[in-house]
Order: sequence, then C-alpha cells, then structure tokens
Amino acid sequence: MIDVLVVGSGAAGLTCALNVKNSGKSIKILSKTYPTHSQTTQAQGGMNAVIDEEIDTIDHHIEDTLKSSHEIGELDSIRRLCTQAKQCVEWLDNIGVPFSRDEQGGIAQRKLGGAKYARACYSSDYTGLKILHTLYDNCLKEDIEFLNEHMMLNIIVENKKAIGVTALNIVTGEVIEILAKSIVLATGGYAGIYNNFTTNSYASTGDGIAAALRAGAKLKNMEFVQFHPTALKDSNILISESARGEGGYLVDSNGERFVDELKPRDEVARAIYEKMQSGEDVFLDVRHLGLEKIQELMPQERELAMQFCGVKMEEELIPINPAAHYSMGGIQTDKDCGTNLRSLYACGECADNGVHGANRLGGNSLLELIVFGKAAAKSAIANADMINDIYKPNTKQFLNDTNFIKAVYHFTNQIDFYEKKEFMGKIFYKNIGLFRTDLNIKAVLSQIRQWQKEFTFMGIGDKSKEYNRNLADFIEFGNMLELSEVIAVSAISRCESRGAHFRLDHPFEVESYRKNTIAWKEDGTLVVDFYELESSNEN
Amino acid sequence: MKIEILRDDKFVSYELQADNKTTIQSSLINIKSKQDNTLTFRCGCKSGVCGSCAVRVNGIEKLACKTIIQDGDKIEPLKNSKVIRDLVTELENEGRTLKASKAFLKELSGKSISKEDEKIIDIQSNCILCHSCYSSCPIFEVNENFLGPFALTRVLRYVNDKKENNIKDKIDAIQTNGVWDCTLCGNCTMVCPEHIDPKTDIMNLRNKSAQFGYSDPNMAAFDSGMDFGFNPNSF
Repeated sequence: MIDVLVVGSGAAGLTCALNVKNSGKSIKILSKTYPTHSQTTQAQGGMNAVIDEEIDTIDHHIEDTLKSSHEIGELDSIRRLCTQAKQCVEWLDNIGVPFSRDEQGGIAQRKLGGAKYARACYSSDYTGLKILHTLYDNCLKEDIEFLNEHMMLNIIVENKKAIGVTALNIVTGEVIEILAKSIVLATGGYAGIYNNFTTNSYASTGDGIAAALRAGAKLKNMEFVQFHPTALKDSNILISESARGEGGYLVDSNGERFVDELKPRDEVARAIYEKMQSGEDVFLDVRHLGLEKIQELMPQERELAMQFCGVKMEEELIPINPAAHYSMGGIQTDKDCGTNLRSLYACGECADNGVHGANRLGGNSLLELIVFGKAAAKSAIANADMINDIYKPNTKQFLNDTNFIKAVYHFTNQIDFYEKKEFMGKIFYKNIGLFRTDLNIKAVLSQIRQWQKEFTFMGIGDKSKEYNRNLADFIEFGNMLELSEVIAVSAISRCESRGAHFRLDHPFEVESYRKNTIAWKEDGTLVVDFYELESSNEN
Repeated sequence: MKIEILRDDKFVSYELQADNKTTIQSSLINIKSKQDNTLTFRCGCKSGVCGSCAVRVNGIEKLACKTIIQDGDKIEPLKNSKVIRDLVTELENEGRTLKASKAFLKELSGKSISKEDEKIIDIQSNCILCHSCYSSCPIFEVNENFLGPFALTRVLRYVNDKKENNIKDKIDAIQTNGVWDCTLCGNCTMVCPEHIDPKTDIMNLRNKSAQFGYSDPNMAAFDSGMDFGFNPNSF
C-alpha cells in the first residue's frame, strides 16, 4: 500500500507529487492521459506573483483577486495564494522553468485583466506548456511512477474515509484498485461539458469531481463557469489575455472599440456576446503592436490565428467569440486542500478552495496549481503519517466497478451518446452560458434528467477490450451527465447575478446570496443549499 | 470526400463531408461518433499544444488537429513504436529516453539569467513531445535504443541553460546511442510542428561533446582501420 496516490498529471498533480516524493513518502501518479497531454499546456498568458514589493504589493494582489471573485472568494485561501506566489515562481525558476526575462535580468511581468499592476510572470505565450514540461522532467529525474492512460472510476470509501480508487486501465481494459493512505485529486475542470463551445481539451470532463460527488464529497459553486472573451471564431482556439494585456483592442464590425479590454473576463465576455447577439462580428486588433513585438510576445497566438483562421494578426483583424474556459466551482476544499472526507484532498481546477469565487482573475490559475499542489502534498503527507491501518484489497467498490464495466458491454446502445454529448454542449452554451434565465436552465435540467434515465439505453458500439476509447468516452459522458445536473440545479438556485453567473431574470447582486452554493448527494438525491463563507473576509 | 486509415495493417476507406476548414482530427471524431465507434486515436487540446494527436498523413508526420483534410488522404499511425490499436502507438519510450539522456536540471548554478540567455533555450523548450520527430527518424530501424531527436533537443535545452551547473553529466549520457548515431538526415527538423531543429541541436551537442573530450566513435573506428599490418618506419 502506498502513502500517497495523486490522480491527475497536470501542473497541480505533478507539483504535489514532487513535493511528496521529496519527503521520502511513496507515491504514484494515476493519469487518464500522458502528463504532457494535460490541460495545463494550454495556459498561455502567465502566472501572477508580486516579485518586487516596491511597486506592487501582496495586498494589491489580494484585493484584485477578492474584487474579481465578486465577494465570494475565501480570504484565507486567497491570502495563501498571494503570499506564496513569489516563492512558487522562484521554485519553478530554480527547477528549470525558462521564465522570460526583462532588460535587467529579472523575471519579466505583464499586466492582465483585472490587475492593478503588471504581475503575470510568463514564458512568451507558452507559460503553461513550459511549466508542465519542466515539472515532468523533474518527475522523471525523481523517478516518480506514472500509471498513464488509467481512468479513475470511483473513490473507494470506507467509514467516511477514502482508502483508494478504482481505475480502468484503458490500454488493457482491466479494472484495477489502488489503495493509499492519502488520495489527492488533481483531475482538472469541467468546462469540457460545453463541448464545441469551449477552449478546453476534450479531456476536461470533470471525472474527478463527479467521482468525488459519488463518494460523498461536497461540491461548491458549480454554477460559476468562466467564459474567455477571446477564442478564435468557430474553432474556439484560445487567444490568450496577454494579447489584450500587451495592448490589443476589441473592435466591432465598424472597427469601433466598445469595452475596456482589461476589465475582468466576465464583463468583457458579456459585452462581446451582446454585440454578437445584435448581429455584429467582434474582432481582436493587435495590428498596432507591430510584427516584432507580436513575434516576441505572442508567437504561439500568431501561429494559431494563421493556422486556424488564415489571419496574419500583424496585418488583419482576428475574428473572435467568447468560449467556456475555466470552471471556478469544484470539490469543496479548505485552504489546506482537505475535503469533507477523511484522507481525500483536492487541488487545481477540480477543487474549489475559494480563491476564485464567482470569477477567476487571469494569471491566478497557474499560480493556484503550484501553491495548492504544494499545500495538498503537505496535508497528504501529514495524513499518511497518522494512518497505521493496512487496507484490505478486493473492496466492494472494486467488485462493483469491475461488474459495471462488464455490464456496459451489454447496454443496448439504442441511443447515440456522442450525439447527446454534442447537443449538451450546445444547450449549455445557449442556456447556461453567459446569460441565463430560470426557464432556460430548467429546460436544460429536464433534458439532462431525461438522458440520465436513458443512460443504460446508450452504450458502446466498440466491444473490444483493449484500448477501447469508445468505452472511455462513454464513462466520461456519464460523469458529464452527473455534473451537468449539479451545474443546472446550482444555477437555478442562485437567484442573482454575480461574476460569471448572470441571470437576466435577476440581473443584480443580492447580498443574501453572498454565500457558497454547496451541492451533495443525500442518499443518492442531489441537494443544493447555501452556506456562509468560511473565512470572515475582513481584510 | 474519401480518406483511408490504416487499421490492423489494412487501409480502410471512409466517406465523409468536409470543407476547407475541416481538420483531420475533427474528421476522425466525426467518423468515430457517426460511422464507426471502433476507430481509435488520441486527441486532446485541439490547438496543437498537447502533442497527443500526431499521425502520419500521406507518409508525413502531422498534428491531426492542425492539418486540414484533403480528398484521398492516407492516415497512418506514427512509426518506430508499437501500434496499440489503429492510430494509437505506445509512448512508454518517452520516459525511458528522457531519463537515460538526463534531460533535466541536475544542479542549480545560481547564476543570473539575462533576456538573451533565456532566448537561447526558447525554441527548444517549446517541444510538445508529440513524437513526430521520433517517428520520422530512420535510425530506429537499425538501433532501437537510439535516444532520438526530442530527447537530444531537450538535452541541449538544459546544456545551454545557464541555470545548469553540471553539463558534463548530460554530455556523458548522450555518447552511447546518442549524438553520434544520428545521420543528420534532417527528417526530424522537417516534421516538427513547433519549428524546432533537432538536427542542428544534435550538431551543437556534438560540438559540446568535443569540448568535453569526446570524439566521433565512427571516425575512431575508421582510424584504427588504417592499420596496414606492417610498420613503415622499421624496415
């Protein structure tokens, strides 16, 4: 039995793993893809940290984060995020991340939306890629064991304590169980539910969050999904906020600017969507920055615009639209990454420790991965030290999941789940997207509940055992169905507009909703209720 | 349009609708979801940065998400790695070669880094580990233990990193099955979707190796072959 099992191999998972390994504890990483295929690679813009306190201050970073959260961020977590930022950037720099430098040889910083000062540290516009690959190199150096292409099915819980997970080895088709003293989920977000209307990877299907819900964990603020203002039109390829941070404009069909480009993402995305609803096209204009600056600061974006839109950004306008980008909600965690289940921890996008509240500040997501990846390691190590039990293999969960996978091969497959998945993305974008109403969300909810009833009439056409991606896709769809219900019920329950959650029928912030939306399963029934913030938020 | 996909050593034809914006990846997804659930491939970020979707299109390595589909395209899995199923190949060689070549920061120098220092390793650190270079490399046919282009490029990225204090350790690690095994054919450079030039990187590593006292073992073999079996100086 190992000390710590990390599920997920993005930057949060790898940071956690490296810190656990350094403590001498035994560790494995379970990942449904390969580490460098993770969503982290897509983060372009940067990672916030106050490096030089003479100009910017940690208090400013805290204030900006809290403001962006629309007053439902948790101050304790935000304080940890901002105070440990510099030390985390330095740690990454010291293990090899090639952060871009300024003229004086310091780590270069750019200004992103919602920030008072330039505080996002970056590696051109490949920040996430370079951080993830450097972490991966370090994991190889430290001989950390990976179980790649293993999809977690469920968390094994005994007496309200997590003791392991079950997983499908995608390559062999076998179900396995792994027992561990501490389990850390770093499984990523759920914006993949928006399918063709998201900047996210196909893999961002919220599996870890859904498994946590089934295991009895509480989820928080699931209705808050951030839309990125600038995805390439139709293909929804992300064009980083750094394009606006470096001085890019947003213009309408007449070439007129219509919004302050550096307002928080929720406001900018809604302004763009409204323009589009009125029949206009919206463009990103970076022509005035000049080719040299573009090539230095945003080489990847230039290439993406060329490849996917055939647009030379130094000469032409880039057609854009908003797209689902980041899930603020997730597994409810405290500032030490603990969940309501003993021995279960969560960090990264799958967790909601309150640093983002109703709207995430650009540049805080990469930061969160590192700060809380470390915090999760610390908690998981301390927990493992307290456990002396030896868990028995062949748990009931393992037998159940083995049987479930066998059963899926015999589901009738009368209803095509791929078609439903695509449709789900569309109705989510239209009805639980930038603008929402009670009636529209309820229509989506009834559709989701219908699909849940029909789940066993869906199924797989591919009956092979080895590398059955059809089976993996189906399990992911099951997880998406589970979470989409939570998102819809949470969105219906919050009768106000706050941050990324904008209700046309309740267009203002309401003080009595300055609370966390908490969702859990009570004997199999989904319940959603509101709870006071955990920290006092008196800065 | 009609395309062909290599499955289980046979090309299988598929008819599909596509326009001049349809990528190979969206075509594969379309076939899998609408025509044949068994078609198997990897995909991820759809924006050319996760490196999971590389395949061969008409014999050339491409990222499926960034390549527009054309009528008559023949799509095959990457070479030099065992095919697990259809377009999915084993990637376990990745960890093995990167570890063997010690492509990581071993000992922090503590030196300060300038804008220019960081630029020297910028291109090499854009590698997305898509394995295109590995697939295009002819050396694996004769030496399956060759470290390969992406691992060597990554070694140069750390050798040129001013943060590294122990360059020798890396140079030592790439002498066997490493820099001298490459024929400098340049296939890897041609196929890299990130415009990295592993061929030049390997040449640079040869120069660095020479600075550490290493020489081309193939040349050494040639020298010793100049033994005519007699001593010209002692009549």
